[in-house]
Amino acid sequence: MSNRTAEKKAVARKDITMAQWIWKEMKRNWIAYVMVAPYMLIFTIFTIAPVILSVVISFTNFNMLEMPDFVFLDNYIMLFFDDEIFLTACTNTFIFAGIVGPASYLLSFLVAWFINELPPKIRALVTLIFYAPSISGQVYLIWGTLFSSDSYGWVNATLLNLGLINEEIAFFKTEQYVMPLCIVVSLWTSLGTSFLSFIAGLQGVDRSLYEAGAVDGVKNRWQELYYITLPSMKPQLMFGAVMAITGAFGYGGIVTALCGFPSVNYCAHTIMHHLEDYGGSRYEVGYSSAIAVVLFAIMVGANGLVKKILSKVGT
Amino acid sequence: MAKLRTRNHKVVLARSAGGDAGITVMLTLLGAFMFLPMIYVVMQSLKPLDELWMYPPKFYVMNPTFANFKSLFSLMNISWVPFSRYIFNTVFTSVMGTFGHLFIASLAAYTLAKIKFPGGKFMFKTIQTSLMFHSTVTGVTSFIILSAFGWIDTYLAIIVPAWGSTLGLYLMKQFMDSHVHDTVLESSRLDGAGELRTYWIIAMPMVKPAWLTLIVYSFQGLWNAGASTYIHSEQLKSFNYAIGQITAGGIKRAGASAASTVIMMLVPIMVFIFSQSNIVETMGSSGMKD
Repeated sequence: MSNRTAEKKAVARKDITMAQWIWKEMKRNWIAYVMVAPYMLIFTIFTIAPVILSVVISFTNFNMLEMPDFVFLDNYIMLFFDDEIFLTACTNTFIFAGIVGPASYLLSFLVAWFINELPPKIRALVTLIFYAPSISGQVYLIWGTLFSSDSYGWVNATLLNLGLINEEIAFFKTEQYVMPLCIVVSLWTSLGTSFLSFIAGLQGVDRSLYEAGAVDGVKNRWQELYYITLPSMKPQLMFGAVMAITGAFGYGGIVTALCGFPSVNYCAHTIMHHLEDYGGSRYEVGYSSAIAVVLFAIMVGANGLVKKILSKVGT
Repeated sequence: MAKLRTRNHKVVLARSAGGDAGITVMLTLLGAFMFLPMIYVVMQSLKPLDELWMYPPKFYVMNPTFANFKSLFSLMNISWVPFSRYIFNTVFTSVMGTFGHLFIASLAAYTLAKIKFPGGKFMFKTIQTSLMFHSTVTGVTSFIILSAFGWIDTYLAIIVPAWGSTLGLYLMKQFMDSHVHDTVLESSRLDGAGELRTYWIIAMPMVKPAWLTLIVYSFQGLWNAGASTYIHSEQLKSFNYAIGQITAGGIKRAGASAASTVIMMLVPIMVFIFSQSNIVETMGSSGMKD
């Protein structure tokens, strides 16, 4: 079968044009199109179409009730020049994602690396401990209890006891504490898919490479990490980065659950919150679509940038 | 190889005692940071009311009791919509969403991984790119599309989009790339089996760990789904949403609330314990090659 296919291709390339050849290949593989059709249809309708629709609507002032008017760049101009809260949201988003993304990536990798040489049973247990917060739904609300604003909160009570403070601190209502706390809680829930991917990647590194490295004079585990481990698991590092970046922009729910909406003085207001505010509560769909397009561009841009950086690892 | 420093035929890798100690300390500290809040959740759920509102609060429980769980269940019994209905909603959408996703996505994954056809590479590139943004970005326009179908406030609004989940397809395709060998497929085709038959009889049994991973991921997403913006009717809402509602009743319900958190977290954790080795095996081929 494979021989015949190769012959066909060779013949086809000689006496017909590229377009004809593609058409022939498409007809020969018609079953493939039938097989991907159900998934691609749903994927197109619920993932691709919403993106395209967002871009189109972002040039209008659609409010779900009346027919949309075409307003070209008005929404974007208002967003960047007239909406101070949006600019706060941008700054917060970059701070938040800029810390949580890299920190969760690093944490995931370090923990996976630390536990790599433990016996399998212990490794499975430690994996569970680190992974559990990311799959346990709203369990992060426990941080709200620990840092509760009254003296029944464990942190406040302890600080009062030690005489470090004189009255309770409303941690999630005080500007200077909100961002750092939300970042810590987000990190706590961030050892997810990329963490598992790193564990698997480290396990998959060919052991004979390490032995060869030891012979070639690798002196310590840091050299081993840099010269052997990292280059061998580059595909996992890429995948983990995508997961970490996408995740880093998606922790808005934690902020809302812990600090309420909007957070004090918009001090932890991110683009995601701004989007939900205009799209979900105010029905200004045109404007919220413009916000969505900006956020989309930031996410895909960040991914592209990080992929470029990672492609240089170990080369 | 005989001249190497070997112990039981294994090369001794460069490891210093100081490094081992440092790693142990780091791991313990990080582990405490991760684990103590989880322990506290369990402790809170076992505390009787007077310990929940005790000053100074204790980390550990002195007189453990299941009273909070009992009061959670009695609160469930007096809810306006019978609680069994919420449980049915979550189980129904989880099962339908998960199995539809498993069949549709694995069929597409097999095709993209193992059949060369014009446009296939482009399709996979597009899917891979879509891993890069969070679905909340398109929440508003998804709402418009779902309402155009008339699916708002129906189970379909939850189930059908779940079939098109990207991560599941991605992991399945990568796993098939590395675990299903072309030679096996070729011999099946030579025996006269069509692509559909080859997919179902030959390829699918070879990727069982990836099935399980898809099931677990899809289930976890649907289980943890709270209030959906696409559902308004009380009797169609999820278990997670309902349990959040009955425990949001302030001080009196703090005990029941703590108990509900434990129940909500125990289910995904149990599922992960049983599927861990399969999921990690699937992740072994999760890497992105370009």
